[in-house]
Amino acid sequence: MKKLILVFLSWTLLASAPPVLEARLTPKRSVLENGMVLLTSEERALPMITLNLLIKAGSRYDPQGREGLANLAARLLTYGTRSRTALQISEELDFIGAGLSTGCSEDLATVSLTLLKKDLDAGLNLLADVLTASVFPPEEIDRQKKSVIASIRARDEEPGAIAQTKFLEALFPGSPYGRPVEGTEGAVERMERAELVEFHGRFYRPNRAILAVVGDVSHQEITERLAKVFQSWDRGGAAEEPVPSASPGPANSIRIQKNLTQANIIIGHEGVPRSHPDYYAIQVMDYILGGGGFSSRLMDSVRNERGLAYSVYSMFDAGKYVGTFQVTMQTKNESADEAIRIAIEEIRRIREQRVGEEELQAAKDYLIGSFPLRFDTNRRLAGFFAQVEFFELGLDYPDRYPEMIRKVSREDVLSAAKRYLQPEKLIVVVVANQEKTGIKK
Amino acid sequence: MRFWFFFFSLLVPAFLSLPVQAQTSQIQDVMLENGLKVLLLENHKSPSVTFQVWYRVGSRNEEDGKSGLSHFLEHMMFKGTPKVGPEEYSRIVAKNGGRSNAFTSTDHTVYFATMSREKIGIAVDLEADRMANALLDGSYFEPEKKVIMEERRLRTEDSPVSSLAEVTAAVAYTVHSYRRPVVGWMQDVENLTREDLRRHYQTYYAPNNAFIVVAGDFSTQEILARIKTAFGKIPRGPVAPKVKIEEPPQSGERRVILKKEAELPFLLIYYHVPNLHSPDSFALDLLTVVLAGGRSSRLYQDLVYKRQIARSVDSDYDGLSVDPSVFSVTAQVMPEKDPLEVERAIYDLLERVKSEPVGERELEKAKNQVEASFVFGQDSIFGQAMRIGQYESVAGWRLLDSYLAGIRKVTAADILKVAKQYLDTDRRTVGTLIPIKEKKQ
Repeated sequence: MKKLILVFLSWTLLASAPPVLEARLTPKRSVLENGMVLLTSEERALPMITLNLLIKAGSRYDPQGREGLANLAARLLTYGTRSRTALQISEELDFIGAGLSTGCSEDLATVSLTLLKKDLDAGLNLLADVLTASVFPPEEIDRQKKSVIASIRARDEEPGAIAQTKFLEALFPGSPYGRPVEGTEGAVERMERAELVEFHGRFYRPNRAILAVVGDVSHQEITERLAKVFQSWDRGGAAEEPVPSASPGPANSIRIQKNLTQANIIIGHEGVPRSHPDYYAIQVMDYILGGGGFSSRLMDSVRNERGLAYSVYSMFDAGKYVGTFQVTMQTKNESADEAIRIAIEEIRRIREQRVGEEELQAAKDYLIGSFPLRFDTNRRLAGFFAQVEFFELGLDYPDRYPEMIRKVSREDVLSAAKRYLQPEKLIVVVVANQEKTGIKK
Repeated sequence: MRFWFFFFSLLVPAFLSLPVQAQTSQIQDVMLENGLKVLLLENHKSPSVTFQVWYRVGSRNEEDGKSGLSHFLEHMMFKGTPKVGPEEYSRIVAKNGGRSNAFTSTDHTVYFATMSREKIGIAVDLEADRMANALLDGSYFEPEKKVIMEERRLRTEDSPVSSLAEVTAAVAYTVHSYRRPVVGWMQDVENLTREDLRRHYQTYYAPNNAFIVVAGDFSTQEILARIKTAFGKIPRGPVAPKVKIEEPPQSGERRVILKKEAELPFLLIYYHVPNLHSPDSFALDLLTVVLAGGRSSRLYQDLVYKRQIARSVDSDYDGLSVDPSVFSVTAQVMPEKDPLEVERAIYDLLERVKSEPVGERELEKAKNQVEASFVFGQDSIFGQAMRIGQYESVAGWRLLDSYLAGIRKVTAADILKVAKQYLDTDRRTVGTLIPIKEKKQ
């Protein structure tokens, strides 16, 4: 209740006070009776609407030995409900040219829908149907199991995906954050209908969901329609599950043999969660190290000066509960050793010396200046709103962001580098033709 | 890179919806005295502006032994001018909150920056400077060659499906330069010299062989003044040589097999077709939707859903190419399934569209899909600018206007006619990826 009042206040402020800096990036927020959080922004330029739904039904809720359950459940949402077969769902969607897709990550399942304004009612009916009335027909389960297994196999021909899987496995051993969301072939094959139905009934609940709606519709209009279509969708009683543990694995060197021309390399260790107080200093530091594209040190020393790679970057990927730091690059097998050495040198350098004043200013200028431009489509806006809510950043986040970046100093960058870059903990994964890399074990 | 074509032709095949049609008539078309055309589309839905310079040169303009030259030049354009240091271009744009990049395709080389209204003038000045004054050489030539070789390894050599696409194109075309990859053959890239780059730059980089597209939140008057000041003083260049190669008619199916380490077989079927200069292009667009647009489409229903012999299917018509291109059908084969079985199943379905007209509702569905995806495509300023540029480079942007009417007019008989005429066994090239397992070392 407290939150609701706060939100209400911020709307009135919005309406009466001088416009906030980033009104475009500040959605209207309300909580529906069934507990679903709704965020909206009117964008009237085009007769279209984008809906982005996040629901706490990701792979971290997979029971032990049932890895891949959440992913399979998300995939099956659009394959049969009490009133529609899989084909009827596809026919209806295609006839109005709408896009409806589902996805799954460690924390969240996602459902997104893009449609023309004139088809809003038809689209909302479908959305409500797949979320609340999926029936998981046995023949569809079989199909989707095969399809997931094929996609697990297909990943095996992507060297970058292999490296990523191995890295996370070594970083978070035994944790849901360390295993592929899709699960393993064996676990997927064993999955039973009853488990899917149970999972869906338990986790697909409105009070676990965030819905962002951006486009040619008002907050009131969409609220009324949602109340109607989601009438029968009840809160779930399940208590919030404890966050699964994810204690980082030790430094390690992992070699995967593949007959490739390039070594696909990931170097990294644990990062920080999104709520970490040093998150912004870390982002500035990472921009300078390797997150800043052509402006970064890694790009300069690995690509521009030595021609060792086409793509090289670093990233602090911050989730709600865990985070990772990784440097990703590809170089011909023969220069793998050299590229790794240079990347590690850059990691050491930014830990040892303060960054230059100009370098720091350039990083801050980019992060602050590009912020409002990053959300230049309805889809990106909807994604941003849902994330801000999920990470509990607050509706005033866009207004606070510039200041949080601006106040990062050279000392802050240095201390962030010292604390959150840990060369002694690096996990190094190399997927390559190992004989040619000549890397000593 | 060529994948841009596939991406965008899927995204924005057509123009249907009346409320959005007005968009093209808002395009301003201004010709500077030196032959540089400027196309401007104001769109104030988000606070960003995309500024793009399109040079009418790509791998299409290259000769045997010099493949990859246009793409190499694109990379070297970032190595500075007497006024702007190497790699400074990207840094200056980033420091001002913008993002920039470039890509090369068969038909053109495009440089772009997305910035705020207040800053976009910086990109205008930088682009004008490097149109006339790029240095291209210096110590960065050799390292950049290595970077491009890494790019080729990443995108092609170690990617089974890209390798298949490359070798299949090399067989589908015997004479036309579309048979060569945009990135270039590895040996050619290695052999390219500074002198090659210099000549290519002098031949093709001139105001009269380029055009500008600006879309987004700007004032036409302001930006046009800036463009005139920056580009107006660059002298007209010599007329670029015309490419006068016509691919002779194919008589007889061609088959290519690529054996490579991979997990799943892949199938690529090309038919020679005209580009959007032909009135048949509208029906060809709709044919791709009937075949593979959404989960209710014919190929998806039969191969992926019912028979479960393919993991994914797609169909694409590449009408947005300067010279006649191909209509493609592609499929990733499910594990343990025979690619020949998938191929036969595809032909069965193609025979059906060649022998009986599509149903009325099916045609309406396809048109609705095209309409909706057109509206969705306008959500992105960058996407809008891309579409204008592609039309301009092939047939003039004004053709966008007649596209709406063209699609609307298509009848079931038209689709039957183009299917019969172009999906001809003797004009077909089939590429198959056969996965092999790595020899144990």
